[in-house]
Amino acid sequence: MILLYILLGFVVVAGAWVAASYNGFIRLRTRAEEAWSDIDVQLKRRYDLIPNLIDTVKGYMNHERETLESVTKARTAAMGAGTVADQAASENMLTDALKSLFAVSESYPDLKANENFLELQRELTDTENKIQASRRFYNTNVRDLNIKIESFPSNIIAGIFNFVKREFFELAEDEQAAKDPVKVSF
Amino acid sequence: MAANLYKNQSENIIKTWALMSVFFVLVIFLGLFASHYFGNPSIFYIAIAISLLMNVFSYWNSASLVLKISGAKPALKEEYYDLYTLTENLSITAGLPMPKLYVIKESVPNAFATGRNKEHGVVAVTTGLLEILEKNELEGVIAHELAHIGNRDILLQTVVVVLVGLVTMLGDFFLRATFFGGGNRDNKAGGYLLIIGIILMILSPIIATIIQLMISRKREFLADSTGALITRYPEGLASALEKISGFSSGKKMEKANHATAHMFFASPFGDHGKKHKSFMNKLFATHPPTEQRIAKLRGQRVE
Repeated sequence: MILLYILLGFVVVAGAWVAASYNGFIRLRTRAEEAWSDIDVQLKRRYDLIPNLIDTVKGYMNHERETLESVTKARTAAMGAGTVADQAASENMLTDALKSLFAVSESYPDLKANENFLELQRELTDTENKIQASRRFYNTNVRDLNIKIESFPSNIIAGIFNFVKREFFELAEDEQAAKDPVKVSF
Repeated sequence: MAANLYKNQSENIIKTWALMSVFFVLVIFLGLFASHYFGNPSIFYIAIAISLLMNVFSYWNSASLVLKISGAKPALKEEYYDLYTLTENLSITAGLPMPKLYVIKESVPNAFATGRNKEHGVVAVTTGLLEILEKNELEGVIAHELAHIGNRDILLQTVVVVLVGLVTMLGDFFLRATFFGGGNRDNKAGGYLLIIGIILMILSPIIATIIQLMISRKREFLADSTGALITRYPEGLASALEKISGFSSGKKMEKANHATAHMFFASPFGDHGKKHKSFMNKLFATHPPTEQRIAKLRGQRVE
C-alpha cells in the first residue's frame, strides 16, 4: 500500500514537472515569435519609407541612378526574404544601400536643404535604430529558448514535444564598432 | 563574455531575497513576541492591516506624487527627439512598454524611475543630465532606469516600506503599552523578558531601516548590471556615473527630499562624490558608493 502511494506521488510530481516544463517552452516560443513580429513591424516601416525617399531624391539626383536602383533592388529582395538568415542578410544589404545613398546626398546642397528629405532621413535613422533594438530583444528571447532546449533535463521535454531551436538575427558589422562614438574633428 | 553580467544579476537577486527573508523573520518574531506578551494575537493582524492599507495607497499614487514633488514636465517627442527615441529604442530592447517620459528643470544631473508596474512606468531626467551626457552615456542611465521598472523595484521598495512601517509601529505600540501599563502583565512575561522586549523594540525600527537601505543599495547594483545588459555597453553607464559624481559632488538638488532619495539614479544630496568612508554613512546611504558602482561596471565589461 505504501509503495503504491510512493509510486503515485512520483507519477504526480513527474507529471507536474512535464506540464511546467512544457508550459515554459510554450512561453519562450511565444515570446520569440512576438519579438520576431516586433522586428517585422519596424522592417515594414522601413519598406514604406523608402519609396517616399526615392521620390523625394529623384528630382535632385539625376546622376545617381545606380545608387537609387540598388536601394530599390535591396528593398525588393528584403521584402521577399524567407528564412531568418536570409532576412538578416538582405536587411544588411538594404542598410548598406541606404548608407551609400545618404553619403552621396552629401554632395547635393539643394537636397540637403529639403525639409522633406531631412524628415525622411531622420525617420529612417530612427527606424534603423529601432530595428537594431528589436533585433536584440529577439535575440535575447531566442537565446533563452535555445538554452532551455539544449540544457538537461528540459531537453527531454523539447525532444518529446519537438521544440526546435530558432535562428539568431545576426548583424553584419561588429556590434562594438557600432556602439563606440565616432570622433569628429574639424 | 557576458557571463559575468548574468552572474552578477542572479547574485543580486539572490541577495535581495535573502535580505527580504531576514525582514520577514524579524517581523514574525516581533509579532509573536508582542502577541505572546499581551496574550492577544489580534494586535499583530491589526498592525499588518493598517500598515498595508497606508502603503497600498502610496504605492498606487507614488508616480504622480513624486512627479509633483520634483516638478517634472512631460517630455514631448518634438522637443526632446533624441531622448524620446533613445528611450523608445531601449524599451524595445528591454521588452518593456514605452514609459512616460518627464523632464525636470534642474541643473544637477540626475534621473529617476517610478510607476507601480511596467505598464505605468515613468522615467524622469533633469535638464542638467541632458546637458552633460553624451548619447551612449544617456543610454546607460535610461537603461538603468528601465531596469528598475523591469526588475519591479518599485513594488519591492513598497513591500519593504510596508515592513519597515510595520516593525516601527509594533515597536512603538509595544513601548507605549509597556510604559503606560496596558496589557496583562502577569501573563508569562517576567522581568528579563520585558527588558529583552524593550531592547528589541527599540532596536528593531533601526535594524529595519538599515535592511531597507541595504535592499535599496542592492537594487541599485542590480539595475546597473541589468542596464548594462540592455545596452551591452557598461562603459556608457560607468562614464555617466563618473561625470555625474564629478559634476554634482557637494551640490544638492533643489528639490532633494529624503522620502524620494532612494528613487534617483544617484543620491540627490550630492554626497556620492565624497570619500565618505565612515561606517555610519555607508550604513544609512540609499545608494552604494559611486566608485564601487563604476568599478563593478568596468569589471564586467562586455568584450
